[in-house]
Amino acid sequence: MSNSILVLGGGFSGLTAALEAAEVGYEVFIVEKQPYLGGRVAQLNKYFPKLCPPTCGLEINFQRVKKNPKVKYFTLAEVSKISGGPGNYEVTVKIKPRFVNNNCTACNKCVEVCPVERDCEFDFGLGKTKAIYKPHTMAMPMQYVIDSEVCTGTSCAKCVSACEYKAIDLEDKEKEVVLNVGSIVVATGWKPYDLANLTNLGAGQIKNAISNMQMERLAAPNGPTGGKIVRPSDGKEPQRIAFVQCAGSRDQNHLNYCSYICCMASFKQCTYIREQYPDAEIVIYYIDLRAPGRYEKFLNKVQADEKVKMVKGKVAKLEEDSEGNVIVTAEDIIAGVKKEETYDLVVLATGMQPSLDGVELPLDAEIKEGFVVGGEDKGIFAAGCAKMPLDVMTSAETATGAALKAIQTLVRR
Amino acid sequence: MAKKIGVYICTSCDIGNRVDIEKVKEFIDDECAPHLIKELPFLCGQEAVETIKQDIAEEELNAVCIAGCSPRVNWDVFDFGPEVFVERANIRELGVWSFKEPEGLPPIEETDLEADHITMLVQDYVKMAVMKLEKIEKPEPEIPEINKTILVLGGGFTGLSAALDAAKAGYDVVVVEKEAELGGFAAKMYKKTPSKYPFTDTEENDINKLIEAVEQNDKIKVLTSATVQKIAGAPGIYEATVKVGEEEQTLNIGAVVLATGWKPYDASKLSHLGYGQIKNVVTNVEFETLAKEGLKRPSDGAPVKSVAFIQCAGQRDPEHLPYCSSICCMVSLKQAQYVRELDENAKAFIFYKDMRTTGIMENYYKAAQDDPGIFLTKAEIEEISQDGDQVVVKVKDTLLGEDLEVKVDMLVLATGIVPTTLEEAKLELECKSQDKQEEEKKEESETCENPLLTKLQEASCLKLQYRQGPTFPDLMLFDGFADSNYICFPYETRRTGIYAAGCVRQPMGMVTAKEDATGAALKAIQCIESANRGVAVHPRSGDMSYPKFNFVRCTQCKRCTEECPFGALDDDEKGTPKPNPTRCRRCGTCMGACPERVISFDNYSITMVNDMITSIQVPEYAEDGGYRILVLCCENDAYPALDMAAMRGKKWSSYVRFIPVRCLGSVNTQWIAEAMSKGIDGVLLLGCKYGEDYQCHFVKGSELCNRRMENVAETLSRLQVEAERVKQVQVSIDEYDKVPEIIDKFVEEIEGFGANPYKGF
Repeated sequence: MSNSILVLGGGFSGLTAALEAAEVGYEVFIVEKQPYLGGRVAQLNKYFPKLCPPTCGLEINFQRVKKNPKVKYFTLAEVSKISGGPGNYEVTVKIKPRFVNNNCTACNKCVEVCPVERDCEFDFGLGKTKAIYKPHTMAMPMQYVIDSEVCTGTSCAKCVSACEYKAIDLEDKEKEVVLNVGSIVVATGWKPYDLANLTNLGAGQIKNAISNMQMERLAAPNGPTGGKIVRPSDGKEPQRIAFVQCAGSRDQNHLNYCSYICCMASFKQCTYIREQYPDAEIVIYYIDLRAPGRYEKFLNKVQADEKVKMVKGKVAKLEEDSEGNVIVTAEDIIAGVKKEETYDLVVLATGMQPSLDGVELPLDAEIKEGFVVGGEDKGIFAAGCAKMPLDVMTSAETATGAALKAIQTLVRR
Repeated sequence: MAKKIGVYICTSCDIGNRVDIEKVKEFIDDECAPHLIKELPFLCGQEAVETIKQDIAEEELNAVCIAGCSPRVNWDVFDFGPEVFVERANIRELGVWSFKEPEGLPPIEETDLEADHITMLVQDYVKMAVMKLEKIEKPEPEIPEINKTILVLGGGFTGLSAALDAAKAGYDVVVVEKEAELGGFAAKMYKKTPSKYPFTDTEENDINKLIEAVEQNDKIKVLTSATVQKIAGAPGIYEATVKVGEEEQTLNIGAVVLATGWKPYDASKLSHLGYGQIKNVVTNVEFETLAKEGLKRPSDGAPVKSVAFIQCAGQRDPEHLPYCSSICCMVSLKQAQYVRELDENAKAFIFYKDMRTTGIMENYYKAAQDDPGIFLTKAEIEEISQDGDQVVVKVKDTLLGEDLEVKVDMLVLATGIVPTTLEEAKLELECKSQDKQEEEKKEESETCENPLLTKLQEASCLKLQYRQGPTFPDLMLFDGFADSNYICFPYETRRTGIYAAGCVRQPMGMVTAKEDATGAALKAIQCIESANRGVAVHPRSGDMSYPKFNFVRCTQCKRCTEECPFGALDDDEKGTPKPNPTRCRRCGTCMGACPERVISFDNYSITMVNDMITSIQVPEYAEDGGYRILVLCCENDAYPALDMAAMRGKKWSSYVRFIPVRCLGSVNTQWIAEAMSKGIDGVLLLGCKYGEDYQCHFVKGSELCNRRMENVAETLSRLQVEAERVKQVQVSIDEYDKVPEIIDKFVEEIEGFGANPYKGF
């Protein structure tokens, strides 16, 4: 029998579930696939509707993790086997090699000498890092990592000689740990829906038709442009921008459901653009403007901007012209017209796909459309976007609730 | 406690080759005479840590100063057990990495300075850390006897769910419901919107199962026809008085879940939509009851063949409810099915602004769209009129591209929800503005009865016996909902131990309310367990320190009781503050507020920071050694921003010295006076954003600090010192690229004023 809780995923939901349970007094293990905690919110520039930086809450949560010995976490880690049952699960966790050990002081000398560049997935390909890199500005743990797929290994080893602290081990191997837990919180989160599937919207091949998550990186001060919103193709300052809502969501050919956050995310991104370009013209093509609850006020604020136009109508097609502009073919349902319009930059409000969609996890819980919809009788509880599409605030609510359910499983035994 | 301090200076990460370590050691030895001082390469490495451990054992050190990287890096390396205090001097990020060689100063050899600028800077930070260690004491909380019972206010769906969840985790629960029956609005519903995957089907109303589960749970006590009369005390030691029927009961309570729910918006204000004018126009709440009883046309009892629904009847309308009620689209889709199940030829028309079936609930909308008997369109309502027993609805701007007129048996107005806390929220705001006016008039209002306050007391759901009043403050920021202002922390509360859930917190459907109930139950349990361990809850979770009062010197000025963002302090008739440690969040706002400096924490106090300020070496002649500027920065946001700025290679003026504070609210003006009297040329306060969208983790800290600065400015002017030498700037944690500019700009401003005239006195 175990009195511990396993939390799958160290994003905002996972961190919240883990901390809320640990602060009641339970031991918690977080298993995170990425080399850092924080998940998707670490990639966001600001939260709607307050327009506050996500790192603000993350920092507090990291402090809570640092100060609480009951929270233990593994990064670059994935669960490979789960056996047993509620109250007594045996969980095997595989930890990928980081190639950088605890000696790392985050001094950055390794990066200075590394000769290999790679596309930065944290920036959705808009920026570059070296093969050895710090995952992001506020990475937790504050430790570098090597991308073994691009690193040329021992034949180069420039980083090894640059590191005064013997922190780099190019021979680092995969490790395995076995945990005994009583209940499991699944907080595996989401991924942006793959633009390549959206063939009518350019299939991700139109350079200046970016996803909303790419927009977050462009606007973020630690992003590839230092926070300046420019066209990826030529660095031009955009003056006419369109947002394409429901790019992949509410669509039986892609994601059936509504992704909950995309309307609010686009309104928020309008404010990013307005802050940098007072005269830019923005058009939002939408099916329904979904600003539930008190978010309505934020919608009102954006609607008050005379240069933001909202057009009810689905975008049929995106094309690129010779100057890199994007031609949008869309319907204006209320006016009853179909029109072509040219924009400098188009933002596709791509939806959220659960991380577990199409992924095999050794988890005895029912999964539908990628969402965890069962497992409660087995002491397995979903939180955040692993459960359903949610925003950050609601994710934190579900995560807090999941913490209590996980505790109930332990108490009942 | 006498300290035996070991000072360890890291020489790696560029520190050793840029700083004259010998001079640092000499200086610290002369100034502080710690038990030992060592320089070690790679201080966070195993070898060095072993050396420190050995020293602790052999030399019996009980305090260690680690001068090296930021405490945000390698935080777990320097843990030498609970008996050894550790203080980090951040000489890497805030020292060598961000150091910018001052311009326009003569070479050190030509001055009286004993060390170069970077070495002086490191000397200052190490000395500050040692001085802090000298003053630090281990907090030992006195833990009261804690009662772990959870009081749930409201026996509706959310309250019942919270009660059951808390009981399942092993806690005793009391549910207080004002009605004679449990179930709230859920019990009045005919059917319910989907609660499980695939979220396409309307479900039978199974609230009775939940009621039964609660009634049969022997950990839950249910009080119906019951109202709270007052709640006194603090988390873990609340005493709630509940009136059940005619009898009063006193309950010992640990924490509270507020689940008093919502009221339907007053439809009489919607006469323009026919309500109260046309008999067959009803609200969605009324329609639910009619459907439960068997749907018939209200005017004549005829069978209902067609029903129109108008969405946003009052919502998303600044004249009525400015917000969206989140559930009405789902409810109308459900009610459209009530119509459809009566008769296969029956028709439902839903006129909406936007269909807001967010997230997975889209599946329910999709299912409705497959029903040819349900007609859905975006529309603007033109006119509602009557034609015999039928209602005529005229709309424009539809998806059909033409205006439309339908004649229906009934019209349902999808009215919105109003939180049960709205009235008290409005009254609280009124009270506050009245207080402000009276303050301006400088009238003494305390003796006379304040009718507004009595009204507020009556309207309050919680009826708290708190010095700051019976309810949550500032709920009008959230349109009257008992909500949190933090995206990341939806259960943040201004009244520790009281957690709102369900529609009193936000407009929400049952799926969300169920999650919310569980979340709030967890927070209630967590608060009780934290109180039982003598530690703070979020954001300083686990903090054992608490404010101590030296009552001998207290002048009963009430600043601390009035300013505490969490209403933690009560007072007696004379105005002497009564601390309630389990309500306290340890931000130190009381310490910052106190003009007599009688409040302190064991590990954070006025004298401690004063000593740190005094540690700063102020060159006698600014033209030789440059200016000195003290930066008091919020440790939660500004400090990490500075840290990250340094990591990103940013540099700033070497004239500044940073001291992190728990919150700008804890900044006592004494510190500023101390700095100015020591010849420091300027004081910059870096803290969080305040105002409506405040980011301060302690709600009011940075705002209160700003208010205090007005007094500081006055004092400075009186001393003939430029008021602008003290300045507060709002900084977010992600402004790491801006913060160096903010600092340098302030330094420039100070340079413009010249040296502090009190320098050298």
